[in-house]
Formats: sequence, C-alpha cells, structure tokens
Amino acid sequence: MNHTSESPYPLARHSHSMSPDTRHLLWSVAPGVAWIVIFLVLPSLYLIGVAFMTNGPYGQPQMPLSLDAFRQLAGFGFLGWSPGNLYTLLRSLWQTLVATGLVILVAYPLAYYISTCRDKLRPIMLLAVVVPSWTNQVIRAFGWMNLLSPGTPLADAAQALGLIGPNMGLYPSNFAVTLGLIYNFLPFMVLPLYAAFEKLDMALVEAARDLYASPVRAFWHAVFPQTLSGLLAGTVLVSIPAFGMYVIPELLGGGKAMMLGNLVANQFSGGSNWPLGAAGALIMLVATFGGLYAMRKVGKRLGGGEEVVI
Amino acid sequence: MTASATPTDAAQPTEIDNASVRDASAITLRNLHKRFSGDAIALDGVDLEIRAGEFFTLLGPSGCGKTTLLRLLAGLEAPNEGSLTIGGKDVTETPPHLRSVNTVFQSYALFPHLSVHDNIAFGLRMKGIPAAERERRVQEIADFIKLGSLLERRVNQLSGGQRQRIALARALVCEPDVLLLDEPLSALDAGLRTQLQVELQRTQKRLGMTFVFVTHDQDEAMVMSDRIAVLDSGIIQQVGPPHEVYERPINAFVARFMGHVNLFDIQGIHDVTVTTALGELAMEAPLQPGKHGGVMLIRQEVIELGPTVSEGYNGLDGVVKERHYRGSRIEYRLEVNGQPLMATASNLGQRLYAVGDRIKVSIHPEDVVRIEA
Repeated sequence: MNHTSESPYPLARHSHSMSPDTRHLLWSVAPGVAWIVIFLVLPSLYLIGVAFMTNGPYGQPQMPLSLDAFRQLAGFGFLGWSPGNLYTLLRSLWQTLVATGLVILVAYPLAYYISTCRDKLRPIMLLAVVVPSWTNQVIRAFGWMNLLSPGTPLADAAQALGLIGPNMGLYPSNFAVTLGLIYNFLPFMVLPLYAAFEKLDMALVEAARDLYASPVRAFWHAVFPQTLSGLLAGTVLVSIPAFGMYVIPELLGGGKAMMLGNLVANQFSGGSNWPLGAAGALIMLVATFGGLYAMRKVGKRLGGGEEVVI
Repeated sequence: MTASATPTDAAQPTEIDNASVRDASAITLRNLHKRFSGDAIALDGVDLEIRAGEFFTLLGPSGCGKTTLLRLLAGLEAPNEGSLTIGGKDVTETPPHLRSVNTVFQSYALFPHLSVHDNIAFGLRMKGIPAAERERRVQEIADFIKLGSLLERRVNQLSGGQRQRIALARALVCEPDVLLLDEPLSALDAGLRTQLQVELQRTQKRLGMTFVFVTHDQDEAMVMSDRIAVLDSGIIQQVGPPHEVYERPINAFVARFMGHVNLFDIQGIHDVTVTTALGELAMEAPLQPGKHGGVMLIRQEVIELGPTVSEGYNGLDGVVKERHYRGSRIEYRLEVNGQPLMATASNLGQRLYAVGDRIKVSIHPEDVVRIEA
C-alpha cells in the first residue's frame, strides 16, 4: 500500500486510517456539533418525550405515555370542554399574521426609502431603525405601557375618537400587543428588505417600463420579484419569534390577550403541568417547520422555480 | 411592417420627403437639451431627423450623450428643453409604456425570474394581447432568431450570444415603430460580434423597421448603418452615410474618431498651396472665401509609397520608422520632415519596405483636405 501515500487525493486513500486533513476537519467542527447536540437536539428530544407523558400530582412528567397533554391543549379538562386554549392558539396565529403583515407594510416603503438616501445618510437611517432593539425588550414594553395607559395623550385621543370607552386605556389589549409586536420586529424586516433594495437592478424596471408595463405593473413584475428573497427572509425572522412571543403579550396584553408563549410558560411555572407545556412547545415547533416549508413553496412559485434561500 | 422608405444615399443627406414624415416610424428631434444634477450637460441642443425604415447609428465616445439620447427616445428620461416626435406625433411627455418604441439594453436586462418564453412574451402580456396570438407570435419570433428549443430554459442558463438574441426577440416581438439598441454587442467576443452585426442588419432590412443603434465602435457603425450621427459633448458633429462621414469628416474630432487619419495644423494657405509642419502641399481646389486656419487631413490609405513620385502628385521624402503587418494591409509609420506620418497600404503582394528604408511619398492634391479644427 506504499503507493497510496503518494496519492494527491487524501480522502480517496484505501487506508482505513484518517488523513491528517480529515482529522483536522473533524476536530474543528466537533465543538459546534457537540453544542448543537447537547443544547438543541437532546433538549428537543426530551421535550417531545415529555409532551407524551402524563402529568404527575406536582406537575412533574411521569409514565405512562399518553396523549393527555394534547387532549388538554385542545380544551378537554376535568370539567368538560372549554375553548380557552384553542382561543389562545388561534390568537397567536392571528396576532402573528396581523403583526407580520403590518410590519411588511411599514418596512417595505421604509427600506426602499433608506436605499434611495444619500450614501452618508444611509448608515444613520439604518442605525435609527436598529438602535431601539438594543434596549431590553421588557423595558421597551414598559415604555409602551406608559404611552398607552389611561390618561395619556394617546389614550385621550382614542377616547375622543370613540375607539375606547371613558377612563379606559389602550393597554392592556390585543391592540397593544399588536403594536408591541410591530415595534419589536420592525428591524428584522427592514434589514433584509434593505439588502434586497440596495442591489435592486433598475435596468429591469426600465425594461418593464419599456415593454409597456405601467408604473404599478412595473413594480409588481420587476421590483417585487427582486425583493422577494428579502421579504421571505424578513417574514421568517418576524413571524417565527412572534408566534412564540412571551414578553409582549404578558406585559401589554393582560389576561385576555394571552398567546401560546404565555400558555407554555404558565405550565412550566405556576400552572405546573409540564406535559401540557411541552405539548404547546411542540405545536410551536411543528407550526414553525410548517411555516418554513410553506414559505419555501411560495418562494419557489413566485421566484419562477428559482430556489429562494431563507 | 414593410419598408416604406428606403434609406437614401449621400445625395440628399438632410432632405426628408413627406412620405417618411407621415410614416409612423420617422423621428424628429428639435433642440433637445438634457442636464443632469451637478450641471453635467448630456445633450446640448440636438436637432435630428431619423427616417422611417432606416438603420441609424448614434456614434461617439463614452459620455458624449448618445445613450442619453436613446433613453430620451425610449421615454426613460425627459428632456429639459426641446421636443421629440415619432411618426409626426409629439411624444416628449409620453411615458415609456405608451410609446411604440422598444429597447435592447446593453445589459440585456432580461427578467431572471422568468423563462425565455415568458421574457419574450412580457411585452405582449403587458399590451393585453390575447393568449393564443401571444403564443403564435412568441413561437414565430423564436423560430426567426433560431431559439425555439430554448423557450423553457431559464435566462441565467444561457450564453451571452443567446441572451443577446432573446433581448432582441423580446423587443422585436412587440413590433414597435422604432427599435432602440444600446450597444447590444459590446459584451460579446469579436467573432460572435461580427456575425451578429450582419444578422442585425439583415433583420432590420427584412422587417423594414426603424433601428436606432448606439455604439462607440466606428467599424460597427460603418458596417451596419444607413446613416451615422457622430456625437461629442452632447452636440451632433456630423450626420451622414458611413462613407461620407468616413471620407469627408466635417472637423478634426470626427476625423480622429473615425480613425486612420493624419492631421496637421495649417500654418498658412495661399491659393491652392497649404503649409503645415509637413511642408507645402498642393490642394485640388482653393479655399472657400471666409475660411481660414483649420486642420489639414490626409487619410492613411490614400498615401502611395514607392521609389518615385507619381505624376501629378505631391511628392515628399520619407523614412520608414515602423512597420505593422496586418495581413490584408500593411501600416507604415513614416517620418517626413521630422513629422510622423501614418500610411496604410493594401496588401497586393507588393514588396514590403523595411524599417530604415528611404522612400518617396506621393499624395494626390484631391486627397489633401482642409477641415475645421
């Protein structure tokens, strides 16, 4: 086997012992792999296991395996069926949908505007979008509380318009949660969209205009497809964390604006029903993967078969 | 579309007949001015008539305003001043999607998210042509440019030459009154370029469509065009058929740009004798009254080299300083009276002169021309 040591292709050797290159490669990826296995794969497997276990007298998961947790999540309890959990689930979906949609509506023109600013101004504008997210989420939620609670100018204005009753505030409410979500996730939509707008090929827009497309149709056929990957990336970055959001509905929502994240958190703390919490987390995980898959499909369709990398 | 007006030759370069004015594809530009922010002047008062069915080329160095002029025709820029009519209709304020004008862009600007078929069909779709007719026309044009087998491909799977054809097909399929071409061949290698130049010219003649072609390559312009407009600094320097612009350039800029010239500052003219650093040379005709100064032009290919001076020619003594053998022709850099003089001889199998050879240089008085500096 002497001749194999002279082979220019180290990985193609007949020898069973690893080449130095392969060994180096393994060593360099090992910490990353270990990290993922220990902190992602194993806990996820544990979580899935817990979701199929039974709730013990002190909230701890125990055998035998059962679908109790999912039955409870669907609303079947000791006292018969109640829709509370399903409402929470639907509210989470709805809030995610509304917040993501509104974030797109705000971020799309904003990202375009920033991309057209002078070279010197652009980093400042981007910084202005990003800087708020450097402050702790909890502190920002408290800020909104102060702005929306009864007696503040915003609440007074809403009262004057008849949107809320007298002596009421805009918080706590579903509206406050939506607002909080939009505010929180705006940068995550602006940045990928800005990246797409920055490399926008104006020649394509001109080609569309030249080929009888009105300004609106030129936007739809020549601008929008170019920003699609940014839009999908932003949608993923916003909708997935929004769906599992805990802090904002907890602080701005009150009891009636609970989202799935709050339900899960309650089961692991006060409610003390780990299997139910794990089942809720599992639903989130499934919904996330489902959403990602759907997004890929949409991207492929609108991108004309081109893989849109998310 | 049929050829309703055949391109005319040098005899009537600025006259346009009424039939072509009425035709939907004749173009008239009046006093067009275009300034960009930062006081950059792109067009500085352009007046131009482009005839229906003509292959018209805007020729000039980069930054001369030729692309801006094309974009004004497409409607992608608006002029600061002046008017623009196509087929007798004022379109100065008309947005691009309402003009019967299509463009082949320098970068091709094909839609990367669409197939070849959908790229070609785009304009017809926007125009609201019914699907059946659309399919027929896409198929027809695809056969015409011999790309029928590529229709389902994606644009980024194609070569430069194929993209160029698709960009052309995408514009042609709309059957516009005027087709604009913005240096569509500049990204291609030399062989393909020559081939497509011929194909483009043939296509234009076959369709009888008005083509306005932009290029900085004077050879390309001369090969394809019925008429050429040479631009510099946003001003049209000269308009005419290729042979006229090449052989009778109106000033030193055009002469230099068209190439293969010797230019000498005129130090004095007396009757038919012109004095330059090269010496005294006889011209064919005396200078028109009221003109003075200027530049003496001698084309490289009119200079004859030999052991003796030909009868009736201006004779000069020269020394060969460099020889460039180019196959079909031979270029000599001579020194005459301490001045460099370029001469190009067709390769007819005559003897080659070597560097250092002393020879007689013969120039016919007809070929000694005075032009504006």
